[in-house]
Amino acid sequence: MLAIRDGFIGLVAAAGLGIFVAFQPSPTAAAEQVAARTADSAEISALKALFARPDSIPFPQDNPYSEAKARLGEMLFFDPRLSGSNLLSCGSCHNPSLGWEDGQPTATGQGMQVLARHTPTILNLAWGEVFFWDGRADSLEEQALGPIEAPGEMSQSLESLIPELEAIPGYRTAFERAFPGQGITNETIGAAIATYERTIVSNLTPFDRWVRGDETAISASAQNGFLLFNGKANCTACHSGWNMTDDSFHDIGLASEDPGREEVLGIAELRHAFKTPGLRNIAQRAPYMHDGSIASLREVIDHYADGFIERPTLSEDIKPFEVTDRERDDLVAFLLSLTSADDPVTLPILPN
Amino acid sequence: MKTLERSLFFAGWLFAATGAGLALASTAATVTQVDKAFTEKEISVGQGATVHFVNNDSVKHNILIKKLDFNSGLQGPGDSVAVTFDKPGKFKVRCGIHPKMKMKVVVN
Repeated sequence: MLAIRDGFIGLVAAAGLGIFVAFQPSPTAAAEQVAARTADSAEISALKALFARPDSIPFPQDNPYSEAKARLGEMLFFDPRLSGSNLLSCGSCHNPSLGWEDGQPTATGQGMQVLARHTPTILNLAWGEVFFWDGRADSLEEQALGPIEAPGEMSQSLESLIPELEAIPGYRTAFERAFPGQGITNETIGAAIATYERTIVSNLTPFDRWVRGDETAISASAQNGFLLFNGKANCTACHSGWNMTDDSFHDIGLASEDPGREEVLGIAELRHAFKTPGLRNIAQRAPYMHDGSIASLREVIDHYADGFIERPTLSEDIKPFEVTDRERDDLVAFLLSLTSADDPVTLPILPN
Repeated sequence: MKTLERSLFFAGWLFAATGAGLALASTAATVTQVDKAFTEKEISVGQGATVHFVNNDSVKHNILIKKLDFNSGLQGPGDSVAVTFDKPGKFKVRCGIHPKMKMKVVVN
C-alpha cells in the first residue's frame, strides 16, 4: 500500500499546499451553517463516517507498487506511440486537465471517429472492482490494454506495439528496471500502466475536511445537500462509500439504446445497465452519464427527480421525488464540495 | 457464516479415516448472499465439491466465476445456484451485478 498523507499521495505530496484557501467560507456563512443545522448531530456523524477517505492506496498482491513501475506506466500512459496512428495516447482522452476525462459527450478515437460512450475518469481506480462502463475488464491491468488494441480507439495491436517499444533503448532500460528479466510483454505493459493509474487519486476536498470535523469547511447549503443526498434523493443507493460508487450496474433510465452490462453478462434484465461512476471531482467532469447526454449537475438532479424513462429494466432504486429550487441548489453545492484542487501533472519526457 | 453440510463433511472424514473414503472425499458447502455480500470471504472444499450459493437477499444477484467460464444468469431472491468444482485451484467468485460482492473458493 502507498500511504495517502492528508489526502495527498505520499510520493507526490510536495506540491499543492494551501490549496483550500478558496473554499474558506465567510464568518457569515459559518454562522448560517450553525443556524441551519437541524439534523441530529449523531445521525450526521454516522453518515459522515460512511464517506471517510482511506489512508492508503491498495495495490494487488500480484502487481505491487514500485516507483520504477509507476514511472514507466506514466510514460506509457502519455505516449502517443502506443496508438496505431502515433497520435493518440491514453492521456488524449483521459486528460488530467479535465478530471481525467475529455470534456466531450462521447470519446473521440482513431481517425477522429466519435465513439459510443463518454470517457470515464481515471481518478481513484485503485479502489475499482471491474472496469469500463460495462465492467468487461476484471482488473486494471486488463483494462489498460483494451483501448490500445480497440480498433476504434488507439487501434494498435500489442503484437506490433511490443517491437516498437523494444526498438527504443530508453524503454528497454525502463522495462528492465521495473520488471527485471521479464522483458516487454502484454503483461508488463498492462502492469506498468495499471500501477501508474492507481497512483491517480483525488486530493482532500472541502467535504473531506467537513467529514473530519471542520464544521466550516462547507456551506450550510452543501451540508443540507449532503442530507438530501443521503435522504429523499436516495443518491447513496448507488453512490456510496468514500468514492461514492457501489461499482455496481444500474439502468438509470436514459434514452440511449446501448445494451451496457447486458452485452457482457447475457442477462436481459441488465439491458441499459452501466457501472455507477464515482463522484469525486464531478464538477470537472461534465458532461455526464455513460452517453454524455446531460450537460450540467442541475440537469442530472432533474433527471433523477422525474426525468428518467420508466421501463422494466429501470433500477428499483430510482423513484421520482419532489425537489425544490432550494434543494436543487443544495445538492449542487454538496456536489461542488467534492472538488479537490489536485496537484499539477507534469508530462514525462518520453524515451527516444 | 459458512454453512457446511456437516453430515456429509463428517462422513467424508469418517470414510477417509478408515481408508474407504475415496468416493466421499469431496464435501458440499453452502454460502449465502445477504446485504449485497457473501457471508464468507473464502472457503476451502475438496475436489469435486458442490458449493450452493443461496440468495437470502432482497435483491437479484448473479454468480460469475470467470476461471470456470461459469455465469449463473440472474439469481432472484431465494434462488440457489449450485457449482461443482472439479479441478483444484483458487476460484474468484463475484456477483456480476454487484462486483464488490466477491469471495474465493479454494479447491484442494
